[in-house]
Amino acid sequence: MRREPILNAALALLLLAAPLAAFVLDEPFYISLTTRIVILAIAAAGLNLALGFGGLVSFGHAAFFGIGGYAAGILAAHAFNMEPLLGLPATDLMPTIWIVAVLICAIVALPIGAISLRTSGVYFIMITLAFAQMIYYFAISWPAYNGEDGLSITVRNAFPGLNTANPLSFFLVCYLVLMAVLAVIWRLRDSRFGAALQASRQNAVRVSAVGIRPFRIRLVAFILSAVITGIAGALFADLNRFVSPSMMSWQMSGELIVLVILGGTGRLFGPVAGAILYVLLEFMLGGITERWQFFLGFILLGVVLFARGGIVGVIAGKVRHD
Amino acid sequence: MPTALIVEQLLNGVQFGIMLFLMAAGLTLIFGVMGLINLAHGSFYMVGAFACAAVAAATGSFWLGLVASLAAAAALGALVEVTVIRRLYARDHLDQVLATFALILILSEATRWLFGSFPLYLNIPPLLGGAVALPGGVQYPIYRLAIIVAGLAIGVGLYLLIAKTRLGMRIRAGESDREMIGALGVDIRTLYTVLFALGSALAGFAGAMVGALQSVQVGMGEPVLILAFVVIVIGGIGSIKGAFVGALVVGVTDTMGRVLLPPLLAAAIGPAQASGIGGALASMSIYIVMALILAFRPRGLFSAQG
Amino acid sequence: MILKLAATAIALALGASAAYAEPVKVGMITTLSGGGAGLGVDARDGFMLAVKLSGSKDIEVITEDDAMKPELAVQIADKMIQSDKVDVLTGIIWSNLAMAVVPNAVAQGKFYLSPNAGPSPLAGAKCDKNYFNVAYQNDNFHEAAGNYAQTEGIKKMFILAPNYPAGTDSLNGFKRFYKGELVGELYTKLGQTDYAAEIAQIRASGADSVFFFLPGGMGIAFMKQYAQSGVTIPVMGPGFSFSQDVLGAIGDAALGAKNTASWSPDLDNAKNKEFVDAFKAEYNRIPSIYAAQAFDTGNLLISAASKASVKDADAFRAALAAAEFDSVRGKFKFNTNHHPIQDFYVREVIKNDEGVLTNKILAKTFTDHADAYAQDCKL
Repeated sequence: MRREPILNAALALLLLAAPLAAFVLDEPFYISLTTRIVILAIAAAGLNLALGFGGLVSFGHAAFFGIGGYAAGILAAHAFNMEPLLGLPATDLMPTIWIVAVLICAIVALPIGAISLRTSGVYFIMITLAFAQMIYYFAISWPAYNGEDGLSITVRNAFPGLNTANPLSFFLVCYLVLMAVLAVIWRLRDSRFGAALQASRQNAVRVSAVGIRPFRIRLVAFILSAVITGIAGALFADLNRFVSPSMMSWQMSGELIVLVILGGTGRLFGPVAGAILYVLLEFMLGGITERWQFFLGFILLGVVLFARGGIVGVIAGKVRHD
Repeated sequence: MPTALIVEQLLNGVQFGIMLFLMAAGLTLIFGVMGLINLAHGSFYMVGAFACAAVAAATGSFWLGLVASLAAAAALGALVEVTVIRRLYARDHLDQVLATFALILILSEATRWLFGSFPLYLNIPPLLGGAVALPGGVQYPIYRLAIIVAGLAIGVGLYLLIAKTRLGMRIRAGESDREMIGALGVDIRTLYTVLFALGSALAGFAGAMVGALQSVQVGMGEPVLILAFVVIVIGGIGSIKGAFVGALVVGVTDTMGRVLLPPLLAAAIGPAQASGIGGALASMSIYIVMALILAFRPRGLFSAQG
Repeated sequence: MILKLAATAIALALGASAAYAEPVKVGMITTLSGGGAGLGVDARDGFMLAVKLSGSKDIEVITEDDAMKPELAVQIADKMIQSDKVDVLTGIIWSNLAMAVVPNAVAQGKFYLSPNAGPSPLAGAKCDKNYFNVAYQNDNFHEAAGNYAQTEGIKKMFILAPNYPAGTDSLNGFKRFYKGELVGELYTKLGQTDYAAEIAQIRASGADSVFFFLPGGMGIAFMKQYAQSGVTIPVMGPGFSFSQDVLGAIGDAALGAKNTASWSPDLDNAKNKEFVDAFKAEYNRIPSIYAAQAFDTGNLLISAASKASVKDADAFRAALAAAEFDSVRGKFKFNTNHHPIQDFYVREVIKNDEGVLTNKILAKTFTDHADAYAQDCKL
């Protein structure tokens, strides 16, 4: 049997089993830790759609992560204080918040993508960074929502039928979102759209020779990836019950790229593997020494130099096209 | 705003730009010739500053410190190239991003391990201290003029190196077609090591020069790294002239933005609001300029590639 | 008979003190890596020195690095509360990390003792019975500077700070007490390192004095560039701009600068002398204000732990609020919102007998000063 589906299933089960075990053992912290991994996996999966499949190295995806986070935070704050936002009543229902996050991310990603996709290579990387930095500095300076001090979410947003304050319930919400996102990406990848996207990564000239416009495909992919990362941002804000401009910093964009590469660029469960490894390393090393970043650097370097194709690449081998 | 002040601010913008040029020159060479995205460039900047501070504190001489910064950054650059970077040329940009990102973590924490958590003392040598009166009644710090002179000298030196020497010829050839010069018998491996060491040395020198005027602490290279990337992208990758022009554009835009935007906005919408929004706009100004330039010239102003 | 009574008395006394010597588990989350590590290292060292000097065997401290990232701090706090089962949290230096961690921590019923960050929401509307700030409220040092400028009769001030909440709070605090003419009010970019443009504006403004709040590397860069610029207008700032951890890096450019703080290494009381001497002996450097505040935090905790069990939340809280410990600041008292009511001094940067730059107290500018947000707190 092929290794990659087995690996994917194993990762999915592992992510489900760990918090259940933690629940049984009454260690609620490990449930939130796994939730953090799941949310970062969603964010990285969004980036992977653009970066892995589309070859669009966006160094500004943290902006969408942050926009999603602020959507959740601002709506929650207004709902808590019972103030309307822009004339409309605020809500603290997660599905509504996700829809708002999706809409705003799509509206922001459209012009950013339209301008950035005129460039390529490192120019593309830098212009996406530029846009993200603009949004970041704006968020820091805008006084209405505390700027750099960030916005606290007093009560986690609600999901109909569940008590989201319960770590296990919130984890299940995030896990289901992750599985849904991965399912969508899986279908996309194997669809005509996905084929055209991956083809335009490999050889854009040929794609246009066949009559497909790479620009349009890439723009759609970019917007989709932004939207997915935005949903992750909204969930992240609810996990931490806090949102701040640091979610939009270039260091966060860098971390998202690291997650994708670590797990395996362009692999379906690559973001999941990358998120698991990175968060666990950060957590375990941080508990051992204050010089943890030094050792984390060495481990990452080792993975890059010796584990080609990331974790999924090492375990499941190269991508099979049969 | 009086003209003298505007002239002084323009000069400040130019000087800031030259500082960025020092950083960006090495980066554009490394990227242009070797095709390598080096996120760790900011770490060599930091190492240069720390080496200068340490040697200057030990020997009492800033000049010795400056030499030490060049030597330390070049040596570290060569070491890193031989051990890590060499394995990355064949890999794609993403692996280079991850590897050099890991290098940042390692080098930052190693520096903190060696030198401690507190910022270091590094000050301007007495020879270059104080201010001098320029025509027009502006008092300008001598050291900043020295930075401008140093930056111009390095710019000219690099230009001559690239345009007039054999090494420069090989570098230009490598920018156009990497495989061909290998096929023609040029020793690529040594060329690349030399180039990486040169780029790192430039960064280290910039770190030492600028560190004397700013703060020498861990992580000082990262904000500059981002700006350096902005510079080389605006200027066009691989082009020294582009790096110079790009650096001036960034330096002047940032400085004049900081100076002019808040009062202009205050005149339009009132001082209380203006300070917040003006500050935000000023911070965003260089990124707005970069996005505009790339929108019209997707490969930068003076791209050396194609 | 008397022996029996004596024995019972001794047994009771031993039993009583044993009941209050219950172990307290402390989770310290502070910045130990990256550019801002100097402050976190000082805070950790000050706190641990307090624990060591007290000889108490009942305080167990778990320390972890937050790398200045709010989401990491939240994760570490959750781990310490849910997994390590700490009773008290402390250590955070930066206000944005405090805003991320403190509401979550006190909502889970844990105590939080702040050795530094004092954001205004936590002093006002979002105050909590389990949150105690041993250091100051963020505006205080700036208010003291404004007061000093006002009482010294300085006519024209130029003020600047970075464009982020602590910066805007700083200038608001200054303006709360300074009523003279402001010839310039600038908000710089956070993390900016080149101040030539701002210094040129200062020169052109004709101010009598400059007040700036630029923490960390920003302040070092500003002072060095200011000294080179030929501008002779005197500068002043809150204690953070001239604290011990950055004075060494600024060098002689800082000499003569005035700054305001709640403490100085030369503050004349017995506990402070003991603290400074012990810190120098243990760590080979003069303590900064972050170390002093953390030392007080440690001693506050120890004093409360010796009076009540941390498992009895109400008793422990009362013991904390009573604040019966020897502070390096002399007298110490909490306001209703659990922030200190304390004196503030004007310090000047000097070179001491060993040629090391440090601060010396010039005068007192506030006596028993409370913060401006206490009335918003419902405690």
